[in-house]
Amino acid sequence: MRERVVLDLSKLPLHGLGSASVTWWGTLGFMLIEGTGFALVIAVYLYLMSLAPIWPLNAPPPALLPGTLLTVILLISVIPNVLISRWARQQDLRKVQIGMVVMSVFGIVPLIVRAFEFPALNVKWDTNAYGSIVWTLLGLHTTHILTDLVDTLVLAALMFSRHADNPRRFGDVEDNAMYWNFVVATWLPIYGCIYWLARL
Amino acid sequence: MIRRVARLLALLAAISLAGCENWQSALQAHGASAISLKHLIIFIVAVCSIVWALVMVAMIYALARRRAAWRAPTELIPERERRMGRIVTACVGLTVVIISIFTLASFFTTRALSVAGSDDLTIRISGMQWWWGVQYLRPNPKQAFDTANEIHIPAGRNVHLVLEGDDVIHSFWVPSLAGKQDLIPGRINEITIRAERPGIYRGQCAEFCGLQHAHMSFFVIADEPQDFERWAAAQRAPATQASDEEIAAGRDAFMSKPCAACHSIRGTKATGTSGPDLTHVGSRKTIGAGLFETTRGSLAAWIADPQTLKPGNNMPLVPLAPEELRAISAYLASLK
Amino acid sequence: MTETIARAETLDTELDGTRLATALAQTWKTERGLWGALTTVDHKIIGRRYIVTAFVFLVLGGVLALLMRLQLAQPEARVLGPDRFNQVFTMHGANMMFLFAVPVMEAMGVYLVPLMVGTRNIAFPRLNAFSYWIFLAGGLLLWIAFALDMGPDVGWFAYVPLSGPQYAPGKRADIWAQMITFTELAALAVAVEIVVTVFKQRAPGMSLDRIPLFVWSMLVTSFVVIMAMPAIMVASTSLILDRLVGTHFFNPAEGGDVLLWQHLFWFFGHPEVYIIFLPAVGMVSTLIATFARRPIFGYLALVMALIATGILAFGLWVHHMFVTGLPRLGESFFTASSMAIAIPAGIQIFCWIATLWDGRPVFKTPLLFVIGFIVTFVIGGLTGVMVASVPFDTQVHDTYFVVAHFHYVLIGGAVFPLLGAVYYWFPKFTGRMMSERRGKWAFWLIFIGFHLTFFPMHILGLEGMPRRIYTYQPDLPWHGLNLFVSASALILAAGFLIFFIDAIISARSGNPAGDNPWDAPTLEWATSSPPPAYNFAHIPVVGSAYPLWDQPGSLNVASGLHSDRREIVITTITIAEPQARESSPQNSIWPLLTAITTTIMLIWSIFSPWAVVWGSIPVAITLIGWFWPSGTPEDEA
Ligand code: HEA
Ligand code: HEA
Ligand code: HEC
Ligand code: CUA
Ligand SMILES: [Cu+2]
Repeated sequence: MRERVVLDLSKLPLHGLGSASVTWWGTLGFMLIEGTGFALVIAVYLYLMSLAPIWPLNAPPPALLPGTLLTVILLISVIPNVLISRWARQQDLRKVQIGMVVMSVFGIVPLIVRAFEFPALNVKWDTNAYGSIVWTLLGLHTTHILTDLVDTLVLAALMFSRHADNPRRFGDVEDNAMYWNFVVATWLPIYGCIYWLARL
Repeated sequence: MIRRVARLLALLAAISLAGCENWQSALQAHGASAISLKHLIIFIVAVCSIVWALVMVAMIYALARRRAAWRAPTELIPERERRMGRIVTACVGLTVVIISIFTLASFFTTRALSVAGSDDLTIRISGMQWWWGVQYLRPNPKQAFDTANEIHIPAGRNVHLVLEGDDVIHSFWVPSLAGKQDLIPGRINEITIRAERPGIYRGQCAEFCGLQHAHMSFFVIADEPQDFERWAAAQRAPATQASDEEIAAGRDAFMSKPCAACHSIRGTKATGTSGPDLTHVGSRKTIGAGLFETTRGSLAAWIADPQTLKPGNNMPLVPLAPEELRAISAYLASLK
Repeated sequence: MTETIARAETLDTELDGTRLATALAQTWKTERGLWGALTTVDHKIIGRRYIVTAFVFLVLGGVLALLMRLQLAQPEARVLGPDRFNQVFTMHGANMMFLFAVPVMEAMGVYLVPLMVGTRNIAFPRLNAFSYWIFLAGGLLLWIAFALDMGPDVGWFAYVPLSGPQYAPGKRADIWAQMITFTELAALAVAVEIVVTVFKQRAPGMSLDRIPLFVWSMLVTSFVVIMAMPAIMVASTSLILDRLVGTHFFNPAEGGDVLLWQHLFWFFGHPEVYIIFLPAVGMVSTLIATFARRPIFGYLALVMALIATGILAFGLWVHHMFVTGLPRLGESFFTASSMAIAIPAGIQIFCWIATLWDGRPVFKTPLLFVIGFIVTFVIGGLTGVMVASVPFDTQVHDTYFVVAHFHYVLIGGAVFPLLGAVYYWFPKFTGRMMSERRGKWAFWLIFIGFHLTFFPMHILGLEGMPRRIYTYQPDLPWHGLNLFVSASALILAAGFLIFFIDAIISARSGNPAGDNPWDAPTLEWATSSPPPAYNFAHIPVVGSAYPLWDQPGSLNVASGLHSDRREIVITTITIAEPQARESSPQNSIWPLLTAITTTIMLIWSIFSPWAVVWGSIPVAITLIGWFWPSGTPEDEA
């Protein structure tokens, strides 16, 4: 086959940023998968609720304090998260380093509160189907906080290493921030289900 | 030895039952629902066959027709493209019409089935691994009674069935009378059947339910109304008394062995519920959920080794001395 | 700064043809030997591996089918006892669906999509390697368990309570559930890769209306995977939880519900069948254009039909539950929506026939399989429309009628196009042609054997034969047809045997193919057969949906990429305008190590919930190894 050069790409940047980066789209893809998963588990909750004569089944509704506290913390964490995303776009290493440390803390604190949330559900997973579904909802969300925390810690370490000053790293920081927003956003409907639907 | 006898008996039983072809077929419809379902099936299949034939004709013509001179792949003729577009659109329109007709026909058939008139008899059917519990419910509880694996109904009358799954999901299906309906643990389903004429209709569990799903059949026997009443009266009665010594010995053996813990025989101490009610087992056409025709021999074979005849079923092999086995089978065969 | 200057010399504009080829081959190469095999991230090597493995599972599943047919040929036969038979049909169904049909379609996508969109590797190549290893682990898990008499025995949809803690003691049902986790993980990974490859890595100029139809079908399929697979993950996880830690999702005594399982399963299970079917129609559209020697008629309508099928697929699941006693009105809705699928299906059939009508068909083996597909799939689709009718379905649900329906659509609708596609793309995969003579034999044996095997099953179903029975009594009128079916299955198997023999012989000594033996119009044929490690020396620039038919013998390309860095072009989603020269990851052992740690965690978690805690630590470590930058040019921007 004869090749005819009709286009010169040598002026293009060597790395795509934002929506021009494949990792950005990959993160979005995995968010879509996990979002569907969350939606389905919530659907299971509603389905079981619609079948039950009373809800919650043989258990007092969960205590509000730990869950609400966690919600507040997650919502506050969005502020530094948005900032770090902006700093990463500006490729400001110093600020990003500080931001990563802050976000690591914001990853650990909710886990501590979460430890108090499980007992506050007032039901065990093997008591009845209601217990099973609230534990699953909470457990599923906890794994998301946990995985994002590990991701954040590794990235934080990277940002203090020789690999730090690189547009690719800053892209990773942005993607990680986007994922954290997702973790916070998915919590809100779960919070509504676990704590408020059970009080209707 | 016992196994060989059992196998031989099974074969004999099978041969004696042969000849009743097509007693479990959606195409041999003898019940009100099955008949209207058969009409619907024939209608839809006929229309679909025509659709298929037309598509085939079009395809064969498209492949075989003669063509004009060579043309480069990308050289399309706009006029012809437009004409093909119109034909394709028309075919799609026709598809829409046909599926709309199918949808309406389905809807009206279903509706006709669910308003099939008043029910004068209610029977509770419970599906268990791998047999059917049958309970005749009567307004007067004294008239209620239990049996298993065999359902007698009066011909020409609507019979209301309440379906309950006791362990896993089963499905109640007598193709010659009606479509199937599942028996689901934790839920109650209902179905109305009606046999237009007396006869024996075979049914079979249609939802996979474990090891012996293949041997979970049953019979619906439609009788003339007066025969049905006679049958029901006989079934209501407690078990017949022992008429000779061997039978009495059999009864005693049955009561002293674990049998009574699982089976009920009304009028005796046997009140177990984990196996089929045996009060009138001798009067039933088959044992083992359609496995063999009921004879003294097949009863003996079954009791001697249920696990070979129906591997995995929930009746254990109860060790019995040869004379006990003989006596118990005589006793059970006498329970008409 | 010095680096950029040094780099300039490695731009492809600075190198002549052969030097460029050598440089690219060096950059994109896979090491020789075992190490290379374990570390490669080349989508072609992984795709080929994936395809071969899936076909091995087809043979294994087919042998199980023959065993079932042997048992069912006679009433009261004793080839397989009930326990073994239940394992065999469950293995057959689960293996065919999860280890053959879905993976083989994904695998064709892994091999072909990057070539067809004109890029050098799939997006996330390491994830791709990981996906294959995980798929392999899932398959081995299932088959080793079967060999140890621990094969699942609850049917491919594992209805509770039969698969629950009370009625399925032992680990068989857990094996089924965890095999699902493996294969879904693999499929989800490939789905994301394909979506991103199609969105961002298309050749410059390949706007949405110039995407090859096979690529469109893989794109839609990938979205269906992304939306449907989480449902089965939720289902199988809750089943494992019920069985392992005593939750009560499916236990009616404690507020759970038996039908919840069916809703979750079929919310996935119905889209699943289109996950198998949509790539197949993509293949059909591709093959028809090539062998009818004209562009496909109704490109836009076909794309819309793909998308409509993908969307409608999520509104049909209840048609598998018509006899569970759901409210009548709801069921009527699902009848209507199921029948509505006939519209996009019809559009495709009509457009294909129109294409054939106006084209000038070349009757090579691939086209034969396509014709066999139309004949067979229309029957299967029409029986689908029949069972979509609630009252009709109450008579045939869970009978051999349904078994006939789904083999018609699975084999006729998906396997026929797949075999045609193998004949078609084999020269691309191997550089050699398959044999026309053996191909025709294989086709006719498979086509005739198929209809003789499966058509009588419709009648068996109407005559009252339920599915999943290990035997039947001689007094039932089914033995004649069953014997006939079993004998015909041998013809079918003989056809498959010839196909496999042909593939093996041709791979070694088939006629050399040349770059584009069929004079096909899409980009995968614009490079050599088999393609070099870097796919294209220069990235093609596309001006139509049929670039190779536009100016025969010449190809528009782009220049300006580096040859010392694995470089690909990122383009915009809609009009495919170049945005960046991005790097594509290096070979790596980490995906394999991650797959191993993941496998350990998943299998261990069948036995203890703590596996999730302790097992995730090695998984995290291997993941960090995977993503830790290595300082190669690929890391630098
Ligand atoms: C590749 C896989 C595939 C495909 C493509 C289909 C396609 C369809 N299927 Fe099928 N199906 C399965 C695989 C598939 N199915 C499997 C595996 C099962 C069983 C699972 C199990 O229980 O184990 C199943 C079961 C199944 C059921 C449940 C049956 C039961 O369990 O009782 C139903 C019910 O509605 C159904 C319907 C349909 C419909 C309406 C289509 C439609 O998409 C068909 C549309 C196509 C056409 C209609 C033909 C072409 C159109 C024309 C030529 C136009 C003219 C047409 C008309 C005028 C009508 N399928
Ligand atoms: C894509 C999917 C797929 C494919 C290709 C097949 C292929 C075949 N299937 Fe299967 N089938 C299913 C999907 C599939 N099936 C599913 C989902 C079920 C439901 C399971 C359940 O109920 O849970 C099912 C169930 C099912 C049943 C019903 C079981 C039951 O309900 O009890 C039967 C019965 O005949 C059957 C038969 C066959 C046969 C004869 C083939 C043949 O086409 C196979 C032909 C292929 C080969 C034979 C292999 C290649 C041959 C060689 C390489 C030759 C060398 C070997 C020898 C000569 C030994 N299948
Ligand atoms: C642990 C419970 C159990 C014990 C003990 C038991 N059975 Fe059974 N029996 C069953 C079950 C369950 C069935 C139904 C099996 C099937 O068809 O799948 C059955 C079926 C039968 C049948 C066939 C009934 C029919 O209508 O199909 C007979 C007869 C019978 N048992 C007799 C006996 C005798 C006699 C004994 C004692 C020697 C006995 N059983 C002990 C549980 C038991
Ligand atoms: Cu009961 Cu099948
Ligand atoms: Cu479906």
